[in-house]
Amino acid sequence: MSNFLKLVLLIISFFFINCKNGKSEKENFAQNNTRDIVISGTMDAELTSPPFVPAPVGNRTAKKLIVNLEIIEKEGVLSSGVSYMYWTFGGTVPGSFIRARIGDEIHFTLSNHPDNKLPHNIDLHAVNGPGGGAESSFVAPGYEKLFSFKALNPGLFVYHCATAPVGMHIANGMYGLILIEPEGGLPKVDKEYYIMQGEFYTPGEIGDRGLQPFDMKRAIKEDPNYVVFNGSTDALLGDKAITAKSGETVRLFVGNGGPNLTSSFHVIGEIFDNVNIEGGSTMNHNVQTTSIPSGGAAIVEFKVDVPGNLVIVDHAIFRAFNKGALGILKVGGEEDKRIYSGVRQEGIYHPEGGTIQEIPISKSEIIETVVKKTLAEKIEHGKIIYNSTCLACHQGEGQGIKGVFPPLAKSDYLNANVSRAIDIVLHGKSGEIKVNGEKYNNIMPKQTLTDNEVMDVLNYVYNSWGNNKTEITSEMVAKVKASM
Amino acid sequence: MGKIFFIFSLLMFYLSNAQSQMETIKKGSFIPLYGAVEAVKINTFEMDVYPVTNADYLEFVKKYPKWQKSVVIKLFADKNYLNEWVSDTIYNVSFKPNSPVTNISWYAAKAYCECQNKRLPTIDEWEYVAMANESQIDARKVKSYNDYILSWYEKPKTNVNEIGSTYKNYWGIYDLHGLVWEWTADFNSIMLGGESRGDGGQDSNLFCGSASIGASDLMNYAAFMRYAMRNSLKANNTSKNLGFRCVK
Repeated sequence: MSNFLKLVLLIISFFFINCKNGKSEKENFAQNNTRDIVISGTMDAELTSPPFVPAPVGNRTAKKLIVNLEIIEKEGVLSSGVSYMYWTFGGTVPGSFIRARIGDEIHFTLSNHPDNKLPHNIDLHAVNGPGGGAESSFVAPGYEKLFSFKALNPGLFVYHCATAPVGMHIANGMYGLILIEPEGGLPKVDKEYYIMQGEFYTPGEIGDRGLQPFDMKRAIKEDPNYVVFNGSTDALLGDKAITAKSGETVRLFVGNGGPNLTSSFHVIGEIFDNVNIEGGSTMNHNVQTTSIPSGGAAIVEFKVDVPGNLVIVDHAIFRAFNKGALGILKVGGEEDKRIYSGVRQEGIYHPEGGTIQEIPISKSEIIETVVKKTLAEKIEHGKIIYNSTCLACHQGEGQGIKGVFPPLAKSDYLNANVSRAIDIVLHGKSGEIKVNGEKYNNIMPKQTLTDNEVMDVLNYVYNSWGNNKTEITSEMVAKVKASM
Repeated sequence: MGKIFFIFSLLMFYLSNAQSQMETIKKGSFIPLYGAVEAVKINTFEMDVYPVTNADYLEFVKKYPKWQKSVVIKLFADKNYLNEWVSDTIYNVSFKPNSPVTNISWYAAKAYCECQNKRLPTIDEWEYVAMANESQIDARKVKSYNDYILSWYEKPKTNVNEIGSTYKNYWGIYDLHGLVWEWTADFNSIMLGGESRGDGGQDSNLFCGSASIGASDLMNYAAFMRYAMRNSLKANNTSKNLGFRCVK
């Protein structure tokens, strides 16, 4: 082949490659294909409160979709005994879930309740336009604003308030999710839920009681006392745990309102089969923990294989067990020993002899001021301590885990001896015990709780789940402590 | 008996004259949080000690029927105007005579003041008086002062409280914080914009209150929300948490 011919071929191939690149780049922009989708008909959007989501779009055509969202400033429960003045979209944190499909022309009315003190607006990350709608939706109390936008990109998007000071509006709970489904909808699954992480900044310590105000200094330092799912430490615990049956497929729409922290979203005891990274179109598989940035989202899907409680956490783990980022997915149904055996054999492993582990700094050495509390208050406070300290092993309903962690519900061992129970919480316990006919041989470490906290948590335990309602006093705790 | 009657009539005199009580605000200068980068001069003026009350406003609409809710020109007051009043001259039974009147438009507030030979304060005048706490002319950096304002945001339905239920400030003026928002003459002259993050790109000579970027003290978000509130309003709007007072 002559050199000339080679050169010509080279030039042609360059041309060809360039041409191809140019074309594919253009195709990568969603709007080129979706802005021309024709709408037919009008429908009112179904809005749902967390953890629930509206019905899937299925095969419906693109429509004019009417969304009415109301802003309500209202007091709610951040944690047992702790209340907070939330600013909300639709009366909940996170705000109502909005579900639309690509090509929908969304007519969005944002109304600001007359009792509210402040103007607000909304920035939907699903909007292509200045401020994501914020500019067109800035609305004084007692008024409403209507604007419309066409859903051009599929995905799971965050919406939030963007009124000055923006960080404060978000920190007070003004965020939620809007899902834009692709044509034909997302693949069918058995269960879908809506979870959104957010932080709360209050001046005192976690658990300080009563109405807690917002603390701007802490927010600027990015030092939250609460990191929670769905606006409260208890939003996905106890009766409010989300549920599924073994063998079912579960899809979680997970958002992160922030305002500051990135979530390391993880479900203890489950592997995500599919993750729509950042709520976009890239699908990852077999994921243990997915990163969800502040102002971002992800869709995670998995099949629940065996019954039991799956614990939903931010795997920046102090946030989970110390600041509230904890939820439960309760899986019912038949066990499958091939997938998870449960305990097959147990023994004690003591590399450094049989001492009980101890965390070096003991809070119980800090002198506490005596506070007079009613039994109801003790129980309420005890519940918070239980949820952050005991729940991981003894479980949400005190049911424990058969053969591993003894039950506290209707527990003969517990009810037989109050001093022994106090002693175990104060000093830990190892060796074989028998609870409700079942043998347990495990180690419970000494708990770093103050005397008052020991009193409160035991009052909660003794007054829950069919136990004998013994009232524990601080004197009883002090007596057990002194006898050691 | 006579003594009791005397005290009672004194009290009635006090209440009926609440609207006419004014205090002198001595001239001075200050740098407002938004709207100016250099000190603004304030001339001596007089300000109402309390916001205008339901009773005051009832008297006004009786005297000037064109401001009654059924006949008011819609251009000057939208349909929320006095919206909890039962009729043109009867306010809701749950209202206290001495609570601040709210759901008043800017036009209505302006007309009220003019009928008393007074006027609405400018933003700068209002802010100048409102930056005082009980003992200092400028308490904007005092923690308790800002905490008080912020805690108000978390208290629902303060508009039903009576005038004088908050603190008396350095100038002898009550209720600038903690009761209701108040109209000012030039309420919409400082543009924070509906989109409060991108305003830094606007012409800063015209819009120098450009959100957090233009704020002289980032921490003073207590005041920030007051400017944002003013900014969200149109002159014919009314709000349940928005009243007014006059100056001259």
